[in-house]
Amino acid sequence: MSILSVKDVSKTYQSGNRRLTVLDQVNFDIQAGESIAIVGPSGSGKTTLLGLCAGLDSSSTGSVILNGNAFEKLSEDQRAAARSRDVGFIFQNFQLLPTLTALENVMVPLELKKRKDAKERALELLEKVGLKDRVTHYPTQLSGGEQQRVSIARAFANEPKILFADEPTGNLDTETGEMIEDLIFNLNKEKGTTLILVTHDPELAKRTDRIINIKGGKIQEEIHG
Amino acid sequence: MGNIAWVLKMAIRDFRKNFSRLLLFVSSMVIGIAALVGISSFGDNLKNDIENQSKELVGADLVLDNSTPLGSQPTDSIALAQADEINFASMVAFPSSGESRLTQVRVLEGDFPFYGKLETLPVEAESTFRAGGRKALVEKILMAQFNAVVGDSIKVGDVTFVIEGELQKVPGQTGIAATVAPAVYIPMEYAQETGLIQFGSRLKYLRYYQLSDDVNPDELVERYGEQWQEDRIDADTVEDRRRQTGRSFDNLTNFLSLVAFIALLLGCVGVASAVNVFVKEKLASVAVLRCLGVSAWDAMKIYLFQILLMGLVGSVIGSFLGTALQFVLPTVFKDFLPVEVSMAVSWSSVGFGILTGLIVAFLFALLPLLKMRKVSPMATLRPEEGETTLKKDPLRWAVILGILLFIFGFSYILLDGWKAALGFTGFVVFAFAALWAVAIGIMWVIKRFLPISLNYPIRQALANLYRPNNQTVSLIATIGLGTAMISTLFFIQGQLLDEAKFADKEDQPNMLLFDIQDYQVDSVITSVKNRDLPILQQVPIVTMALESINGMTKKGNDTLPDEEKRSRGLYNREFRVTYRDTLISSERLLKGKLRKVENPGDSIFVSFDQGYAMRTGLNVGDEIIFNVQGRPIKTYIGSFRDVKFNQVSTNFLVLFPEGVLNNAPKFHVVITKTKNDRQSADMQAEIVRKYPNISVINLGAIVETLEEILGKISFVIQFMAFFSIATGILVLISSLIISKYQRMRESILLRTLGADSGVVGKINTMEYFFLGSLASLSGIVLSFLATYLLSKFVFQLPFRGPYLEAFMVYLCITILTIILGWLNGRKIIKKAPMEILRG
Repeated sequence: MSILSVKDVSKTYQSGNRRLTVLDQVNFDIQAGESIAIVGPSGSGKTTLLGLCAGLDSSSTGSVILNGNAFEKLSEDQRAAARSRDVGFIFQNFQLLPTLTALENVMVPLELKKRKDAKERALELLEKVGLKDRVTHYPTQLSGGEQQRVSIARAFANEPKILFADEPTGNLDTETGEMIEDLIFNLNKEKGTTLILVTHDPELAKRTDRIINIKGGKIQEEIHG
Repeated sequence: MGNIAWVLKMAIRDFRKNFSRLLLFVSSMVIGIAALVGISSFGDNLKNDIENQSKELVGADLVLDNSTPLGSQPTDSIALAQADEINFASMVAFPSSGESRLTQVRVLEGDFPFYGKLETLPVEAESTFRAGGRKALVEKILMAQFNAVVGDSIKVGDVTFVIEGELQKVPGQTGIAATVAPAVYIPMEYAQETGLIQFGSRLKYLRYYQLSDDVNPDELVERYGEQWQEDRIDADTVEDRRRQTGRSFDNLTNFLSLVAFIALLLGCVGVASAVNVFVKEKLASVAVLRCLGVSAWDAMKIYLFQILLMGLVGSVIGSFLGTALQFVLPTVFKDFLPVEVSMAVSWSSVGFGILTGLIVAFLFALLPLLKMRKVSPMATLRPEEGETTLKKDPLRWAVILGILLFIFGFSYILLDGWKAALGFTGFVVFAFAALWAVAIGIMWVIKRFLPISLNYPIRQALANLYRPNNQTVSLIATIGLGTAMISTLFFIQGQLLDEAKFADKEDQPNMLLFDIQDYQVDSVITSVKNRDLPILQQVPIVTMALESINGMTKKGNDTLPDEEKRSRGLYNREFRVTYRDTLISSERLLKGKLRKVENPGDSIFVSFDQGYAMRTGLNVGDEIIFNVQGRPIKTYIGSFRDVKFNQVSTNFLVLFPEGVLNNAPKFHVVITKTKNDRQSADMQAEIVRKYPNISVINLGAIVETLEEILGKISFVIQFMAFFSIATGILVLISSLIISKYQRMRESILLRTLGADSGVVGKINTMEYFFLGSLASLSGIVLSFLATYLLSKFVFQLPFRGPYLEAFMVYLCITILTIILGWLNGRKIIKKAPMEILRG
């Protein structure tokens, strides 16, 4: 069963008198539980594609259907609700809310879903990522690796159907990066979540079920693992 | 999602980390709120005190006054007690020093005041003065001026009195009134002996009544009012005075509240600019929240709640300070207050202050906060997409409209009229728009024309004025407006004093002798000429009243509907007129012409001051019948003149032609020009000695009194302007602290690249020098405009650019900005780059 369907998606920007096509007629489907890596050189359109798939932006033409919801038919607030329900994010620069503690950062998606057990669940997740002792720390008091682990705990908090990760190890040293990779893949397997990650790292990409290679806004090839 | 509880929870979480910074944001509005609450509380207490002490304001239940003796009145038999007073201006002399001065002589008989008391030093002087004998009570300001002490002598007219006591306070009299016309009280039994109660003296006869509790003074006025009007007697009751005084002070406190409101608005610009920086820093967090599924409005509300919370904190602090401030205000206003003001917390003022603070915090913070709605969640992946603009957002215009409506509504309540409120709103909009335009223009010019060849620190400092996150607009608006306000006050004050001093030019008179009786004219002229002084003018003055206008008498006028009725003051006024066939230098013919009386029986054409004629609805051609000492004289208005009343000269509302009034009872004024202060003092001493009934005004004394009055008024105005300046400084400090973090990385990068702390310090100093200079210069330009307009249209003075004062203001503001900027930046300069990069 397809959880994400990308059909004839194009994205163009107007820059002065010039029309800039960042994505050009992209098509693919992702099945529930599948993990895929989007790879390609800088400026190839990877991040734009990720943003469109997650409903962070709207496509110029074509359709993105996530868990049965066609994003182009939803308003921005409806897309936000869909993200809250079905999507988790992990970012290269962690994107934790700096004024919230680690625990509160993880609680946010749960509270948005009005979960009564938000605190217990967040503590459980932080324990799972090895940060039980750091729950009251603010992001500035955590190392890069720790921040990314909080970010992973937050991403899995609302049990998303699909997880988007943008260069999740891009800002980390090799050792910490590997630990984070393991954490993502283990949790992914454990929860049965669909994983879409954007990366430059071929080793990380190889760990996914499928690699979509994108160049000049077009899919060049799909490699099945 | 409309989850308000979660939004509140998030707001409180975020608030923990932002508390000190947000406190800084709202600090800008604290002073404005404090001023507003302080003035409002003071006004409330004053109103209550006027209510409670209204009998002490008058000193009696009912007062009658007239320019002729009151004779017996129907109220005499109703009253429990009565007291009489004759009140007039006259010279008094202090024989010990030989000096003299024009004062208000109050000749008293009876136990006035019935409520409150004449406060004297020694205390018992109030009663021993009434025990009989040649005793006087003298206002303390007069005692101080002539170094007189109790027991000294004072000469009033032909009688020398012993100073029995120093008057500290007279019921209902303000300090400023005592400065203009200090009083000397003498007993009625010596009134005639002084020789001052004679024809031509401008006397006012008053009768004070104490009534029993069951007699309502307003009913007495109702009952006898018509007769009193007929006899030109004014009746004043406690209720009248209370209403009158209450209204005057309502106007005063409303005006002061407006000044405080301006300080608050300045603070609001600071709030808006600080929130703008805050919002820019929070855009990344908003993008994350949007990614996690938070709606645009909810994301914005998280920060709006925090601002409102801090608005509440700021308002409460401001209200607290304002309540404390009212303890200082009676000292500031002591010269203007007719009653003792009590101190009490005015909860309505506190509530008003808090509500106002919340509204302004909401409106002014909302403007930058609206941007948060536009943040795309894509900004988490591409930070450059976090930059948003509101130019086409209809909500932005709705908020701007809301702000304008608020300013209009607030000023409408205070000014009690939509035209005045619209004018005030227009002024605020114009001032802010002008300063905003100046700031934007300056940034554009610097950006466009900044020469690359310029010395590096100067170039860097100038570039900081237009770079992202600059504070140029907010600082120029706040400091500029504060500077404009205080400079305008200084400039106008200087302008008025200069005008008085410049009046003492070669060809201008500087001494005026008046109340000269017919029989004294020749000898006075001889005295003046004996001292080699010129007789610049010798003016006869005839007093008269107006009987009818185009056949309409006062009685007839009273029966007309309100819209057709002329001012009653026109009929009640005692006109002092002169006669001549030519204009003098302070007059200019505007309409019609001066017409002589060639033959007996010719129609008589008089000339009116145009301003007065306009105010009272008189026209050229109107028939006016004057009553000259009981004899009616029919005249026509032949012309209008523009009369400059700000010169030492005799100026008249009405001018008769020669040949009509020459034989009427009259008195005279002689105007001369002394060469120096010594000559003025000698001439004055001789006149007062030889002719005690003649009063002397010399320009030096006018300038002195003017300086004293302006000093008192300007102290109050400067006190109020202080709030704007203090707010400007607070906005400056908070802007500097906020921008410190913005500039920090840049400074460190420069130091990492090898710039020593001297270069970084120079860049900072130059930046604040430019900011201070631009802000103060903008304010000064605005104040020049305001001074010009006020000089031309309100004071009718020629505008002289106060360049020296302007330069002083410029120096003060600029140096202050540099010092504050330096204090703020010195820690960064001293720190090691690594320390900050790690931190």
